[in-house]
Amino acid sequence: MFKFILKRILEAIPTMLILITVSFFLMRFAPGSPFSSERTLPPQVMANINAKYGLDKPVFDQYTTYLTNVLQGDLGPSFKYKDFTVNELVVSALPVSAKIGALAFIFAVVFGVSVGTLAALRQNSWLDYAVMSTAMLGIVMPSFVLAPVLIYIFSIGLGWFPAGGWLDGSLQYMVLPVLGMAMMYVATFARITRGSMIEVLNSNFIRTARAKGLSYSYIVVKHALKPAMLPVISYMGPAFVGIITGSVVIETIFGLPGIGKLFVNAAFNRDYSLVMGVTILIGFLFILFNAIVDILLAYVDPKIRY
Amino acid sequence: MITKKENIDALEKFSENLEIEGRSLWQDARMRFMRNKAAMVSLVILVLITLSVIIAPLLSQYAFDDTDWYAMHAAPSAEHLFGTDSLGRDLFVRTLLGGQISLMVGVLGALVAVVIGTVYGATSGFIGGRVDRMMMRILEILYSIPFMFLVIVLVTFFGRNIYLIFIAIGAIAWLDMARIVRGQTLSLRNKEFIEAAHVSGVSQWNIIRRHIIPNVLGIVAVYSTLLVPSMILTESFLSFLGLGVQEPMTSWGALLQEGAQTMEIAIWQLSFPAAFMVVTLFCFNYIGDGLRDALDPKDR
Repeated sequence: MFKFILKRILEAIPTMLILITVSFFLMRFAPGSPFSSERTLPPQVMANINAKYGLDKPVFDQYTTYLTNVLQGDLGPSFKYKDFTVNELVVSALPVSAKIGALAFIFAVVFGVSVGTLAALRQNSWLDYAVMSTAMLGIVMPSFVLAPVLIYIFSIGLGWFPAGGWLDGSLQYMVLPVLGMAMMYVATFARITRGSMIEVLNSNFIRTARAKGLSYSYIVVKHALKPAMLPVISYMGPAFVGIITGSVVIETIFGLPGIGKLFVNAAFNRDYSLVMGVTILIGFLFILFNAIVDILLAYVDPKIRY
Repeated sequence: MITKKENIDALEKFSENLEIEGRSLWQDARMRFMRNKAAMVSLVILVLITLSVIIAPLLSQYAFDDTDWYAMHAAPSAEHLFGTDSLGRDLFVRTLLGGQISLMVGVLGALVAVVIGTVYGATSGFIGGRVDRMMMRILEILYSIPFMFLVIVLVTFFGRNIYLIFIAIGAIAWLDMARIVRGQTLSLRNKEFIEAAHVSGVSQWNIIRRHIIPNVLGIVAVYSTLLVPSMILTESFLSFLGLGVQEPMTSWGALLQEGAQTMEIAIWQLSFPAAFMVVTLFCFNYIGDGLRDALDPKDR
């Protein structure tokens, strides 16, 4: 197991380097510069600015400098927010996204798996059909449709929750963003759980367990749940990626000061260093989470370890 | 007591009566698909939506960019079936036109993804060995790159061009396709019936044509139908952020964004595009599910 974890972590390193390289050169060869939108500056001033941000050096030197800085955890200064470094901006925005994302993720897994299991246990009953058609609705209803609908019903109609804002993360400000973000993944987790649960419940070892006279609930919890979780765990990686990507939309709709909003604003402002920084950070999170998922899978299914 | 001869005769007679018409994989699949009510209904609705999206804007008396200053934010009426938007443009025409764009991007994007993914996956699976390992390693690296963010960067920096958008999102989505096709070819390559074909002297090309392609095609068809809705979603996602289709052209995502801003005073600006998009996505998903059930050899 230790060897597997070590191997998995070592594999992530070249991926990370490639990600940094790609985003660096993408930014460098993008047309326009973060300073070109301002009124024309005298060439001397321009040269000064370029010197300050190291843009006057050869591209390869810039690349190596940037790479060493990033490896030391320094994402450089922001081009647009002059008094801030990228690190400071990210540190102030990350907790917001992390809080919402983590809640949405936990909600999606817990609720989705339990509903899916329930539907599998009552296969082809009205409950199963109800759950599965609701799940289909959840899948086809993207967050940018669901979120306005939620606001329309719960904020404008019923007035239960605020339509946007953050207020230092108080609970009632988080309900709608979390719901809007999680619904699609609740639905997907429910569908996946139902499918794999039915397959597991039809397998021979479950029949053996029933023949032994074990109680049904004991069989489900003790024997069926673990193997049925395999596809669920593999979907956690994509779900995590989707939730982070979705934060761009959700944070825009609800006006939350998170990473997604920061990224969109940075892209619109052509704040290259900030865009690069956020891309690298998110890529790092993707890689980290995929590694965790792989390790979890290997833990649940020993076949993968070898 | 029957003799052996009688036995054989009886068997022959029995087998003559049994003479049933052989059904090919696709005939079988079609029959099973036709029996699936949800999928058939979805197919009909989808065809209707597609036709109306193509034809109806041509028949309407309004053009998609005609503004009517006397009917801004007008509610649905006989004159404007779906009402009008903030500039007094007819929402019926705009919703259908947006559907045209969304469906086009969805289908073309899925096509790009399917072609790249199938070629990559099939190559990797056929050649196998070291090449296969290399190609899969590259795929894994691509998997952990936050593409949605790169697309946003690309679109903001290199201009908001619809072709760029669907090439970009199509190029993202081929990863899953490649994995699926590779797995399928890999497992097919070692199947007994392929070996049997080899032994009985069938040429390599005929094995690919008769055995590999039909078997891979099923799964490709299923995932293409499921790719289209996810392409439509991606395009809407970008349009929602204001990075997709540009005014005065529109797509479902762009309409939803406008609708979400004005829903307090004009809910129809959100509800009609949303309903169209959700119904379309529903249909694609049910058709995909139906195809999967119809083509799944495990069920036979």
